[in-house]
Amino acid sequence: MSDDELIWRIAGGSGDGIDSTSQNFAKALMRSGLDVFTHRHYPSRIRGGHTYVEIRAAGHEVQSRGDGYNFLLSLGDSFARNPQEEAYYGNEEIKPLSENLDDLREGGIIVYDEGLISEEDVADLDLEERAEENDWHVFPMDLRGLAKEHGREVMRNTAGVGVTAALLDMELEHIEDLMSDAMSGDVLESNLEILHESYETTKEEYDFEHDLRAPEGSHETEQALLSGSNAIAYGAIDGGCRFISGYPMTPWTDVFTILTQNFPDIGGVSEQVEDEIAAAALAVGASHAGVKAMSGSSGGGFALMSEPLGLAEMTETPLVLVESMRAGPSTGMPTKPEQGDLEFVLYTSQGDSSRVVFAPGNIEEAYEQTRLAFDIAWEYQIPTIIIYDQKLSGENTNVDVEFFDREPEPGLGSTLTEEELKEAAHDNSGKFKRFNYEDAENGVAPRSLPGQKGGRYLATGNEHSPVGHISEDPDNRVFQMDRRIGKLDAIREELDEERPSNQTYFGDETAEYGIITWGSSQGAVQEAVQRLNESGHSVKGLSVSDMMPFAEAEVTDFLESVDEAMVVEMNATAQFRGLIQKELGRFGDKMTSLLKYNGNPFEPAEVVEGYEVNLADEDRQPTAQVRIEPAAGD
Amino acid sequence: MSAFNAIGEEREIDRDEFTPSVEPQPTWCPGCGDFGVLKSLKQALPEVGKTPEEVLTVTGIGCSGKLNSYLDTYGFHTIHGRSLPVARAAKLANPELEVIAAGGDGDGYGIGGNHWIHTARENHDITYIVFNNEIFGLTKGQTSPTSPKGHKSKTQPSGSAKTPLRPLSMSLNAGASYIARTAAVNPNQAKEIIAEAIEHDGFAHVDFLTQCPTWNKDARQYVPYIDVQESDDYDFDVTDRREAAEMMYETEDVLNEGTVLTGRYYVDEDRPSYLEEKRAVGELPDEPVAERYFDEDAEWERSYDLLDRHT
Ligand SMILES: Cc1ncc(C[n+]2csc(CCOP(=O)(O)OP(=O)(O)O)c2C)c(N)n1
Ligand code: SF4
Repeated sequence: MSDDELIWRIAGGSGDGIDSTSQNFAKALMRSGLDVFTHRHYPSRIRGGHTYVEIRAAGHEVQSRGDGYNFLLSLGDSFARNPQEEAYYGNEEIKPLSENLDDLREGGIIVYDEGLISEEDVADLDLEERAEENDWHVFPMDLRGLAKEHGREVMRNTAGVGVTAALLDMELEHIEDLMSDAMSGDVLESNLEILHESYETTKEEYDFEHDLRAPEGSHETEQALLSGSNAIAYGAIDGGCRFISGYPMTPWTDVFTILTQNFPDIGGVSEQVEDEIAAAALAVGASHAGVKAMSGSSGGGFALMSEPLGLAEMTETPLVLVESMRAGPSTGMPTKPEQGDLEFVLYTSQGDSSRVVFAPGNIEEAYEQTRLAFDIAWEYQIPTIIIYDQKLSGENTNVDVEFFDREPEPGLGSTLTEEELKEAAHDNSGKFKRFNYEDAENGVAPRSLPGQKGGRYLATGNEHSPVGHISEDPDNRVFQMDRRIGKLDAIREELDEERPSNQTYFGDETAEYGIITWGSSQGAVQEAVQRLNESGHSVKGLSVSDMMPFAEAEVTDFLESVDEAMVVEMNATAQFRGLIQKELGRFGDKMTSLLKYNGNPFEPAEVVEGYEVNLADEDRQPTAQVRIEPAAGD
Repeated sequence: MSAFNAIGEEREIDRDEFTPSVEPQPTWCPGCGDFGVLKSLKQALPEVGKTPEEVLTVTGIGCSGKLNSYLDTYGFHTIHGRSLPVARAAKLANPELEVIAAGGDGDGYGIGGNHWIHTARENHDITYIVFNNEIFGLTKGQTSPTSPKGHKSKTQPSGSAKTPLRPLSMSLNAGASYIARTAAVNPNQAKEIIAEAIEHDGFAHVDFLTQCPTWNKDARQYVPYIDVQESDDYDFDVTDRREAAEMMYETEDVLNEGTVLTGRYYVDEDRPSYLEEKRAVGELPDEPVAERYFDEDAEWERSYDLLDRHT
């Protein structure tokens, strides 16, 4: 927990513009030279209800939301814009203040809107007493009044940003620039007035006794702020994707929307359809006809996609699906992250079905692995799934723009041109052997597209002969199965030998204790490993992305090199640890699990605590809402 | 140069080109109505000047779904009920393909009912042929959405309590712009209607009555057929929604009483197809997206350009 960082939390009612305000403030912090990381916490309702966004900013790299926070901007009244007779549970006016006090660090700052939060309510909170105990610095400001005076009440978040900037000794320049980019005319004028007035008033009204100031930093290269959903959408575009079909479901909707909005400008097609079966089936149809296509959903919607997924596999139609996990089972917790769909995504669909599954661990990996997913899917004619979750989907962080400095890869992989089709294998009758197994390299039989000369064939979800006719011939069945299944070995080999590893390592290479994780828990683990090493422990970490074909060699090496390992994941049944044991057939006695499934992602401190508890005493559970699942004997 | 040279090729097309030169022989039962659909397609396609390679037939699962196993075009035999979403997307990806979707009444009106309604609503430019034998064929004779009330089968042993679905009226209400019914026992009309449906610019739904001698011996497909357009008793304007609706309703009533009326019921040449609608709002490029991947001069805009960049 370093002191040179700001973790700013803006809390209020959903629908109050908290998202856009925080997005802009995060950009302003990034533009001032800091590294940023955002975390969204929101309920499953559209307007009203308590919500917050956290922005962590520092002059050094930040990989997670951090532990707790040190600046609270509490707007007040989660239902202010949407008065309801019977407000939900508890007192909504005070919630943006009351709900957030537990995680505020010692020495932290509180700004609250006294225009909306009443004195009596504050008195009930024992705020003064708690502030004294924790050395909090409390600044009541009439944000609502200020906003009303110069514009409209909703602009009170702008007033809050002005107060924040004043208290942190920040320049307003970047904030003003961003406002001018986003709005114009009277709205801009009013917002600027509110910003300045709140800034000046704060400076005049208060002496700043607190130590917290905006951290300092600078970037040597250009940076861009983007979310995991952005990264997946952009990775898809650069991977050549020009068709997306979907049906809305949180949090997958973000990727769907971003691509839909960009496609008209870059010549792509987006379709919102009647359900998820149709969504995935459309992607199959578009891919069959020659366009790089993608679809996706979240758990419940993905369940409906298992049919078209199997169809794509059997007909060897390239396809990329994304699965953005949220807490389940069933509709579960729509707006809370969990890593509970791993087994579902790996094994859904009937038969000995196989697909490629990547689980990116951060925003850069999300971009990179989505590109790779398109490449592999079209080269090997196999469905490829990107599995991620609500956390990675919604968090924003800055990425060095140079990272994106590479050419797009629109190519259709093992698809033939008409010229190549002439040379390709045909049977005696002259029919194109679309599903040729005789000399298929890596299991891949090159394909043709409808409309091409000389490439006619039947694609069918039934078992089929080399020209595509339905066939129950036992020899053909075995040849075709072996060829299709064989692709996974070939892909594993390519990933190991010709591609940079998708797995991420951190910590001290020689350490005897290992922490393994996957997907979006990566950042918290990475930071925990760093802290443990800084405080004298010797720990190393591995975050795995290749779920199928499994990163067998790398995980084996890692596990062999340590005496003990802790597997960290956000679910209750240790699905990833189960996968490791299934794939490697051993290490059951070396692995402990650290599990969290309360709807909130891991904080680094929880991972540190899990490590300590595990090392100290196997019977004790950590104090946070996480669970230790001890090792099982082989 | 196009990557799809078989599309729009101008030449004399022989109907035998649509017959696979090697196995498989159809596995349909002798006397099955599905042969009629196969035959009328083989006749209609050369007539409308389509080469086998520019046609993509997309089918569902059922005896009917085997259609493209015996028809030598590009084909996609998909899964039960899902032919339409696959077909729609193929057309959007490459609008120059001639896309024909086909399947059974269980496949299309039952499990795929949702897709059917929405494909009609959006008026996708595809032809949809439903082999309506009022029964599940491939799974051995269970009651289907078009089986008449009281129909007895192994899954409705006491006679079905359900009123049959009205496919023509449903399609009209959903928004299809060409709706016809024909029958396997009426080959001349069938060929003409299929040809018209293929040439129609928009969603063309053909409810194709096929007999299933194996499981549905009682079906009314054996009674004489009356062509609604040719009969003086049924005078109506096929371009008028209300008149068409009325005729369909009447037809669907009498079907269950033993009179089979076939012919065109609704033809709307004015309603723009989904391709046109989507282009008009800027959601579909003018050139087929599928062509781009073969165009060496194609510009592939980077997502990099979408980023907000700052030091
Ligand atoms: C998801 C799914 N459910 C059920 C089946 C089994 N099934 C195969 S064909 C069929 C019914 C076919 O009836 P219909 O569509 O009327 O076609 P027909 O065989 O009469 O031509 C069923 C239920 C299946 N293949 N897939
Ligand atoms: S079962 Fe009926 S529908 Fe199927 S092939 Fe035989 S006759 Fe035709």
